[in-house]
Amino acid sequence: MQDLLYFLQQLINGLTIGSAYALIAIGYTMVYGIIGMINFAHGEIYMIGAYTALITITGLAALGIAWLPLILIVALICAVLVSSSMGWAVERVAYRPVRGRHRLIPLISAIGMSIFLQNYVHLAQGSRNIGFPALIQGGFQFGSPDSFQTSISYMQITIFITTLICMTALSLFISRSRTGRACRAVSQDLGMANLLGIDTNRIISATFIIGASLAAVAGLLLGMYYGSIDPLFGFIAGLKAFTAAVLGGIGSIPGAMLGGLILGVSESMTSGYLSGEYKDVVSFGLLILILLFKPTGLLGKPEVEKI
Amino acid sequence: MLEVRNLSMRFGGLLAVDQVSLDVNEHEIVSIIGPNGAGKTTVFNCISGFYSPTGGTIRFQGEEVQGKPDYKISRLGMVRTFQHVRLFNKMTVVENLLVAQHRHLNTNLFSGLLKTPNYRQREQKALDRAAYWLDRVGLLELANREAGNLAYGQQRRLEIARCMVTEPTMLMLDEPAAGLNPAETRDLNHLIVGLKEDYNVSVLLIEHDMSLVMEISDRINVINQGRPLASGTPEEVRQNDDVIKAYLGEA
Repeated sequence: MQDLLYFLQQLINGLTIGSAYALIAIGYTMVYGIIGMINFAHGEIYMIGAYTALITITGLAALGIAWLPLILIVALICAVLVSSSMGWAVERVAYRPVRGRHRLIPLISAIGMSIFLQNYVHLAQGSRNIGFPALIQGGFQFGSPDSFQTSISYMQITIFITTLICMTALSLFISRSRTGRACRAVSQDLGMANLLGIDTNRIISATFIIGASLAAVAGLLLGMYYGSIDPLFGFIAGLKAFTAAVLGGIGSIPGAMLGGLILGVSESMTSGYLSGEYKDVVSFGLLILILLFKPTGLLGKPEVEKI
Repeated sequence: MLEVRNLSMRFGGLLAVDQVSLDVNEHEIVSIIGPNGAGKTTVFNCISGFYSPTGGTIRFQGEEVQGKPDYKISRLGMVRTFQHVRLFNKMTVVENLLVAQHRHLNTNLFSGLLKTPNYRQREQKALDRAAYWLDRVGLLELANREAGNLAYGQQRRLEIARCMVTEPTMLMLDEPAAGLNPAETRDLNHLIVGLKEDYNVSVLLIEHDMSLVMEISDRINVINQGRPLASGTPEEVRQNDDVIKAYLGEA
């Protein structure tokens, strides 16, 4: 019984963190699916989302607003607005001018953008970590008080449900809406979409905006979950989300969701049963294993060379 | 409608197209024929804006278009297909036709999120047009299949339908009969002539299949080694000595 509760606890922790990874991973996978580049500045977009949320929350508190739903919603909207305009601007400034060149050039441009944004936040907000108020507190507990108790915090539930809503909305958007349809067409054959009169630049911008918005949501959620943020906040999370995207098959949206969950669960299981220090070893080891046996990732399709 | 004058295209030391001129008038099917490697597709690529020609002028609807980007040219009402099928394979048949109308049903994101009456109306219109063309090319029952799973001949027809939903004034087909069996080629013949008759599109065609070309073309341009060899009605071209030499070799 106790073992089961312990396992359940790890599973819950894993699913929570995994669903947040998945939210960030969407940004990597969608951009890759459409223009075939890895947007290494995506982790920074997420970090900026977290900072914007924190600044908004602090500002609202200074104004004396204490109603929690309002604070959360305003923080969410501000984070999404700032991050998505940042995502749009990064594409416009750093990627569009070098699009269609050799693959390495946009990649270097992305790394440059990532370093720039990180250092900008260092300058603007200081390099020390800042506490993020735990706005959502409390939770449920299972099990008898004198042995191991499984706990689910309301924060974890919030993360899971928000992710679920975002993923559902994204799936509907991609499969049903006109813009989503155009996104799919552009990702399959950009040249042909162009010829059929689709404004491909606009679709590419839309992709960056969607990815950045989801990253901003993750920024707010994980900022609250971890309780503190710093300018390097986006680095590790970005790397993990990128791993999740590759694990699930980069370019595939369901793959990014699955990859995020697998990564999150395997990390928390390692921390729970082995040692927290091994969690990165295991998750990247898992990545290597999957890529060895399925080079396109779990749900990725083999890329057919375009003629 | 389309006026090509002294078109030249040089790739480094290779002059792939040399002083080619051709015209397509309204309500006309014009073909470009020639042996393999004659430069037919290069001519196509220059006209549709895939390549920027190194010499000559191309006028479409009175506007000079040489060197303009392909998507701008396509917006003037000129659409093309390629030698190999380029459908959106992972989308359904009907989605392929809807996405081609994207520009015509441009509305902003919010009307899409809110599903305003205007949005619904336009979407419905697009769907109606897609259904109409699917019926016209005989693919209506397959509307919800993935395009990549269609038979080759069906994919060819879907491509033409996808061009037609954009309401072009000129259709450029690069070897539409390649890989089709004789029955399918006959169907394609009817389809192309029907497009001209019923929808008033002009057609510029590259084709190897002589029977197709001779039967449906109003005029034919023959190119050999990048140079214009002959042009005229199918009958004139058939009797042209240079053409016979190029195709059959000199005796």
